[in-house]
Amino acid sequence: MTYIAKPKFHHPGLKKNELGYTHRDYEGKISTLCAGCGHDSITASIIEACYELSIEPHRVAKISGIGCSSKTPDYFLGNSHGFNSVHGRMPSVLTGANLANRDLIYLGVSGDGDSASIGFGQFAHSIRRGVNMTYIVENNGVYGLTKGQFSATADRGSKSKKGVTNTDNAIDLVAIALQLGATFVARSFSGDKSQLVPLIAAAIGHKGASFIDVISPCIAFNNHAGSTKSFDYVREHNDAVNRLDVLVGRDPIAVDYAPGTVQVVEQHDGSKIALRKIDADYDPHDRLGAQTFLAKHAAKGQIVTGLLYVDPDADDLHAHLNTVETPLNTLEADTLCPGSAVLDKINASLR
Amino acid sequence: MSDKKPISSVNDFVVRFANVNGSGSASANEMFARAILRHGVPVSPRNIFPSNIQGLPTWYEVRVTEAGHLGARGGVDMMVAMNPQTWDKDVAGIEPGGYLFYDSTKPMPSTKFRDDITVIGVPLTAITNSTYTDPRQRQLFKNIIYLGALSALLEMDPRLIEQLIGEQYKGKEKLLSSNVHALHLGRDWALQNLKCPIGLRVKKSDKVGDRIFIEGNSAAALGAVYGGATVCAWYPITPSSSVAEAFTAHCKKYRHDPETGKAKYAIVQGEDELASIGIVIGASWNGARAFTATSGPGISLMTEFIGLSYFAEIPAVIMNIQRAGPSTGMPTRTQQCDIIACAYASHGDTKHVLLFPEDPAEAFEFAAAAFDLAERLQTTIFLMLDLDIGMNHRLCRPLKWDDAKQYDRGKVMTAEMLEEGRDFGRYLDVDGDGIPYRTYPGTHPTKGSYFTRGTSRDRYARYSEEGSVYADNMQRLVRKFETAQDLVPRPLQANAERPTKYGVIYFGSTSPAMDEAIGLLEERGHQLDRLRIRAFPFHSSVASFLAEHDFVYVVEQNRDSQLRQLIVNENGIDPVRLVPIVHYDGTPITARYIAKAIGDHQDHLKVTPLRKAVS
Repeated sequence: MTYIAKPKFHHPGLKKNELGYTHRDYEGKISTLCAGCGHDSITASIIEACYELSIEPHRVAKISGIGCSSKTPDYFLGNSHGFNSVHGRMPSVLTGANLANRDLIYLGVSGDGDSASIGFGQFAHSIRRGVNMTYIVENNGVYGLTKGQFSATADRGSKSKKGVTNTDNAIDLVAIALQLGATFVARSFSGDKSQLVPLIAAAIGHKGASFIDVISPCIAFNNHAGSTKSFDYVREHNDAVNRLDVLVGRDPIAVDYAPGTVQVVEQHDGSKIALRKIDADYDPHDRLGAQTFLAKHAAKGQIVTGLLYVDPDADDLHAHLNTVETPLNTLEADTLCPGSAVLDKINASLR
Repeated sequence: MSDKKPISSVNDFVVRFANVNGSGSASANEMFARAILRHGVPVSPRNIFPSNIQGLPTWYEVRVTEAGHLGARGGVDMMVAMNPQTWDKDVAGIEPGGYLFYDSTKPMPSTKFRDDITVIGVPLTAITNSTYTDPRQRQLFKNIIYLGALSALLEMDPRLIEQLIGEQYKGKEKLLSSNVHALHLGRDWALQNLKCPIGLRVKKSDKVGDRIFIEGNSAAALGAVYGGATVCAWYPITPSSSVAEAFTAHCKKYRHDPETGKAKYAIVQGEDELASIGIVIGASWNGARAFTATSGPGISLMTEFIGLSYFAEIPAVIMNIQRAGPSTGMPTRTQQCDIIACAYASHGDTKHVLLFPEDPAEAFEFAAAAFDLAERLQTTIFLMLDLDIGMNHRLCRPLKWDDAKQYDRGKVMTAEMLEEGRDFGRYLDVDGDGIPYRTYPGTHPTKGSYFTRGTSRDRYARYSEEGSVYADNMQRLVRKFETAQDLVPRPLQANAERPTKYGVIYFGSTSPAMDEAIGLLEERGHQLDRLRIRAFPFHSSVASFLAEHDFVYVVEQNRDSQLRQLIVNENGIDPVRLVPIVHYDGTPITARYIAKAIGDHQDHLKVTPLRKAVS
């Protein structure tokens, strides 16, 4: 949320997608988040995914709750309607919006405090209802806007910036989403744009509840020794089932290597990470297998990234409710109102 | 032997059934009320039930009232005492000269009766046990058997009851015939063994007319169907659950596309009240007509979202079926106790539109109108029912609908309007009525999009923490609320036969008791002008009414006289001139109560001043 709009001029030679839109058409206002915030990288990935999919920006409804993550819808798709609702309640607002007009694309952006604490119930129920949406959690394990309290995804034993040790167990939103029947479940890392962009694109294309948990280091309050959501910690504990490319700003790094192999890549800041392409035997259509895989790696303290589960034949809440194809918000009295003749019959039955 | 002459009354008495919750008596008791209606005699029934499923006491009271008084009267002329647990209280509640009907299978000591009432014993258990072997049948048919005995005692036409049984069990011949059989078992036993009829009698009349018999919750739900609601999100809570259940039933009947069979509605049972109102707000933001139904505790949970609806200016309809609070209070008892909570719901400076229907007919009309108001005003509209209207069958005028009516979708800027170059500022007051234009998401590729938020913003929806910008917005919201005054249902005034300095204000379910109380007060020599408030914000005629009277009584069903507080607050009137008349024990207010409270106060006003007495 910012007072400052981006300048409208742009290079005439910018690349265009199938609809003739450039990247600029998918951008929003200038971010006021901290420089280096992982959330801005997620914003960039959303912009990239929507550009690549040639989505009409105004056909997207972007809905969020409250918190740093929930500010981000202001920073992408400036020609879309956005809704920054109340803390933890994005899922219900999105569900209602979706029921009103099934023809739009719904992007729900939330944070770990928003979704794993105050909004845990709404997160769970929107997933189990199969609302057709892309639900992105920008997960940094900390409350940024209130300056550094633990969130429910903070790992037990991790330390706050003030040195307090977290004694509560962490909630793994991906594990919960799988258990609740989400039909598209993924996890990624904010800096791993090449992994995150296709995941977001696939989630948007999925009919049903798509959930992506994106680890997104908080540069201000959760990027220190002792945190398990810091850049350093995530680099050291990442075990990607697809592929991983940690980016701390700047240009993306291109890598080319064979499936099943591991490649060490040096980043802009000189750090090195190990990339592992998806295991040959990993089956993203096996919900139980995904749950087991996730639990096995969680026990080792590793963060699994990639597309963990997808049901390509899923349907959504509208299918469950058997609603008409016409968006409900376009129906008028001539089709909604039973009329006076019916009312006369109702009156007669009440005597 | 009675030492008081038995009450003798035709078509004007109160029968109360005392039962045990879960005994299956509700169906028989309601059939008793309906049977009297079929005689052409108005009835006013009330279900008084506990907040559990089985075992606790429950009462069903039927006021037989040829004069058409639909409020509770108070007092019981005939007690059908079927619950040993409440026997003493039930017997004590009978009016002198009244009647006690009981199951005489087991002998009762004489101390359990009163000398000033007529005791009528029917060996119900013995009759049922000798006829039925199945325990559940014994229980259920016992209720029909006492209905049969009552039909003889009150001289009711059994054919009308048979007709009702026929309608209820249409297509279920076995149940139909067995119920008719049980009815005659009781009726025949009474005719053969008791002096029939007694002093209380039902005589055929023509006082019902074309009126209908319906619960307020069902009527409100039907109003939502007619009003164009397409999204309903709710969470079960007494006494509002039947609104959503009725809406579901009505939609299943009237809202499916005949060609595809698909639903032109979406109903979601939310995980809680927060989600329910969130769904409503999301749907309304996106241009659908949406509502939720709840009661006081639900309102408490929804208040954060209600503040968002007010500040972000998103339509929402909340049907609040009030019950006794605070906290869990008495979940199955009636009150009008959420007035303040709803009028100013949420934090910061808020004001919300409240509608107060008096009966199911108005519940239907106001429910339908609520969606027009919500979209016109882009804010939350509360339909304020209570348990007494919501969950009781009430006789009311037939529901009416004008087929020429189109929905008022409010100020919505379309793609065409944007193309024409109309200036779109989400919070611009272009017409001076405080109501801005909105656009639906997805309207136009490059124009009309905006960011909805609960944070302060300028007229073009740009985030701003400038004090002047915030104040400008808040002032416009006040203007919008003033605009609402002329859009909501106006108060209805009825003047006394003679000019008077005294007035009375009332609202909602108090209405029938108030109408009757006026007659009782006139009998005591008191003249009062009446004003029935039907909505908040208050129309200017409320202030005029207050100005025209020295004292105005405000009759309501809560402890703190909440409507009076609201009137004082909004009109800046001297509180001394508004006399609170409150009733808040969870039972519906009665004409007797109102007449006594106002009458005593009026008598007090007429006391000769002391200086005159000593001069």
